[in-house]
Amino acid sequence: MGIGLGNYLTLAAIVFTIGIAGIILNHKNIIIILMSVELILLAVNINLIAFSTYSGDLTGQAFALFVLTVAAAESAIGLAILVAYYRNRGSIAVEDINSLKG
Amino acid sequence: MQADVFFFWILAPLLVVSAFAVIVAKNPVHSVLFLILSFVCAAGLFLLMGAEFLAMILVVVYVGAVAVLFLFVVMLLDVDFARLRQGFVEYLPQGLLIALVVAIELIYVVSGLGPSQRAAAAATPEGMLSNSAALGEVLYTRYIYFFQAAGMILLTAMIGAIVLTLHHKPGVKRQDIGAQVARNPETAVEVRKVPSRAGI
Amino acid sequence: MYQLIVFLPLLGFLVAGIFGPWIGARGAEYVTCSLLGVCFVLSWIAFVTVAGGADAHIVIGNWFTSGKLVATWALRIDTLTAVMLVVVTTVSFLVHVYSIGYMADDPSRPRFFAYLSLFTFAMLMLVTADNLAQLFFGWEGVGLMSYLLIGFWYEKPAPNAAAIKAFVVNRVGDFGFSLGIFLTYYLTGSIAFDQVFAAAPGLAGKTVHFIGFNWDAVTLACLLLFMGAMGKSAQFLLHTWLPDAMEGPTPVSALIHAATMVTAGVFMVARLSPLFEMSPVALSVVTIVGGTTAFFAATVGLVQNDIKRVVAYSTCSQLGYMFTGLGLGGYSLGIFHLFTHAFFKALLFLCAGSVITAMHHEQDMRAMGGLRKEMPITFWMMMIGSLALTGVGIPFTSIGFAGFVSKDPIIEAAFASHQFGATYAFWCVDLAAALTAFYTWRLMFMTFFGQRGDWAASLPAKADDHGHDEHGHDEHAVHESPPVMLVPLAGLALGAAFAGMAFRWFFIGGGHETFWRQSLFLGQENHLLEEMEHVPALVSLSPTLMMLAGFAVAYYMYLVDRAAPQRLADAFPALYRFLLNKWYFDELYDFLFVRPAFAIGRLFWKGGDGVIIDGFGPDGVSARVLDVARNSVRLQTGYVYHYAFAMLLGAAALTTWYLFGGVTR
Repeated sequence: MGIGLGNYLTLAAIVFTIGIAGIILNHKNIIIILMSVELILLAVNINLIAFSTYSGDLTGQAFALFVLTVAAAESAIGLAILVAYYRNRGSIAVEDINSLKG
Repeated sequence: MQADVFFFWILAPLLVVSAFAVIVAKNPVHSVLFLILSFVCAAGLFLLMGAEFLAMILVVVYVGAVAVLFLFVVMLLDVDFARLRQGFVEYLPQGLLIALVVAIELIYVVSGLGPSQRAAAAATPEGMLSNSAALGEVLYTRYIYFFQAAGMILLTAMIGAIVLTLHHKPGVKRQDIGAQVARNPETAVEVRKVPSRAGI
Repeated sequence: MYQLIVFLPLLGFLVAGIFGPWIGARGAEYVTCSLLGVCFVLSWIAFVTVAGGADAHIVIGNWFTSGKLVATWALRIDTLTAVMLVVVTTVSFLVHVYSIGYMADDPSRPRFFAYLSLFTFAMLMLVTADNLAQLFFGWEGVGLMSYLLIGFWYEKPAPNAAAIKAFVVNRVGDFGFSLGIFLTYYLTGSIAFDQVFAAAPGLAGKTVHFIGFNWDAVTLACLLLFMGAMGKSAQFLLHTWLPDAMEGPTPVSALIHAATMVTAGVFMVARLSPLFEMSPVALSVVTIVGGTTAFFAATVGLVQNDIKRVVAYSTCSQLGYMFTGLGLGGYSLGIFHLFTHAFFKALLFLCAGSVITAMHHEQDMRAMGGLRKEMPITFWMMMIGSLALTGVGIPFTSIGFAGFVSKDPIIEAAFASHQFGATYAFWCVDLAAALTAFYTWRLMFMTFFGQRGDWAASLPAKADDHGHDEHGHDEHAVHESPPVMLVPLAGLALGAAFAGMAFRWFFIGGGHETFWRQSLFLGQENHLLEEMEHVPALVSLSPTLMMLAGFAVAYYMYLVDRAAPQRLADAFPALYRFLLNKWYFDELYDFLFVRPAFAIGRLFWKGGDGVIIDGFGPDGVSARVLDVARNSVRLQTGYVYHYAFAMLLGAAALTTWYLFGGVTR
């Protein structure tokens, strides 16, 4: 039994789901949320590479490269914000971060 | 083929387990380490699929930079993680429900594609370029604009990170280039007639 | 010349109205009075010209053309018009001059004179109208000016209410008038008088279906048109506005509510004589309504204490006489009485104004008494007016004051006519003659004879208004009015005394056919003027007898035995109150119409407009916007993880929907 596209896609789906669950379950812990986002992006990358491989088109891999770039930039900024916030507030308790309340 | 299958069935479950561990670990440092493990497994899977360049990039960028960054921040912030864990069970049922729904739907969609659709075209045929070279060929020609844009994004992120977190310690002497350049002779230089051998 | 007569007052209005602040009150007075003086002279010239046989028809322009309906601005000058021109311009000019004195202390004089001139213009448009639309234009114009002039002192609540009442009651009549115009157009295909009159004989016997009944077409049209006349001329049932109209300045009462506007209804019926002659039913209705009004108003005038209100009810009663004359078929009788009545009624009003001014705006007769020594000229002028009103003259001749010459023929005609309702009308007008004499002499005796304060015992206690004095001397001194007010009185007195005798031959005497020519139409069976000559002697004598009886009773009760009125009132308290409260018409109408109207209005305002339209419209929308916003705000908790949840939920939902919605299938 060979490894087909479906295997990779199923794997990616599971990791994606774990990422989502991580966000919902760890909503109070920002760092875990950011890590869950990384997991989601990883799942997307797996999908892209799988499709690229099984259709012979390099577009998927180029796209995955860009996703990687953006993910890195985004986590850098996210963490920078977190650090700045921590410096101002002294804690990262998410329930206190409701200044956007309407 | 067998090696393919073998390594897949090692790496894939490992990936799932470590991803799961990321979200349930009590200690955030453990979470980060499990995240690193996930990335490494993913890199292995990419290799299996024949995307060597991206596999290595994954290791270098994600593991080497992003995960390390995570680790730094986790260590830097003095956080009461016990309190933060309290929210875990609060949304457990809803979270599991949504996760299950999403998972079922995704798998339902992809289940239409059988396991032996097309064998992984992993091996590079003769005369063809290596994966990196092929990627390079495509990246700098067809996707040059996206490439440049990605560069811009990184530049923005870098500047943004510095701006957000740069924190001048008060009392530290440093140069103010703007002020230096804007000096003019009227304020900077004072001409005094000094008699010889007298001094100022 | 005729265009000048009609349009010079309009010019006076524009100058005084627009340039009032620049030319000042004096300037406004001069401009309007001199323009009206020119009109006055020109209209007498016109009268002589037309009486000599020169009718005229002047087209000024086209007003509107809508399919077959054509309305032009045109002046129709025939004898009827000429008579009305003389009446309107003479009285208007004299009232303008009188107002210079009467309104001397008023700060808004330019506005007053502008309004008077505009009113005169509207009335002249009415009488020179060549078609029903132009007549209606003038009709509405005088109604509007009546509103503006009654409510001239608009800072006070009473004039405002009176003005609105006048306008609304007029409107009820105008509604009928409009329907009459529509019906006339429907029946004859035109609203121009020439075409309508030409088509009138052909309408005999036609029926029209209206509110479920089949009516004789001409009768229905005439009844509807007469409804307008009832409103405008304050006939029985639509009379309630006239006494309240006394809230306006006295010159306004003299001009509008004695001589001109209220006579517009009489003029209209006379003008439409070709139509009315086709409908005996309508004529009977006119007669009966006129007779009833004559009697009813006289009874109310018996017990009124406000000097202006007595004269107002007298006007109402005399209008009833005019309509009786018209309804019997004696159009010339009605118009002749209109002509003479204008003089002596305006005279009475202006004299009353003179008295009121001298008494420092005191209008209650019970505060007066003995004024004939202090105001001799006013006294004699008013005496002439009273003699004219009560109809003093030598029976069986035409020698007498104006009222005698014009009123007695109407009474004789009522007796002579075989029309349905004529006998009823005869008794009404005959008895009303006695009542007229009574209340007129009551007014004279209470105001001018005896001593001041003779009747003050029954005065209601009222707030002291001594601070009102502007004459700079002892406020209880009463002096004669200035010449600018007395000269117009003299002019009118001349008319009141001699107009009857001077013009009788033309209006109702031997020369009436050459005088009126085509302007008043008489049907083939209408021989009223001949039949009138053959009434029994007692009938010709009866008005004079009635007048003497009334005089005698008034003399006894108000000069000889001054306690008699109170005794009589105490003996019949219910009757006294009934008359004093004007037969409770105001209360009846308030109950029947005003209160329900206000209730319906309140319902539509609060319920319809407020709850439904505003509730579903702007207020409702804004309240819903607030509700939606308030609830939407609850989605913005400020917690990013809530937002993330929302996104995830949305993504899951979208996926599910696309999966099962068949988009990808």
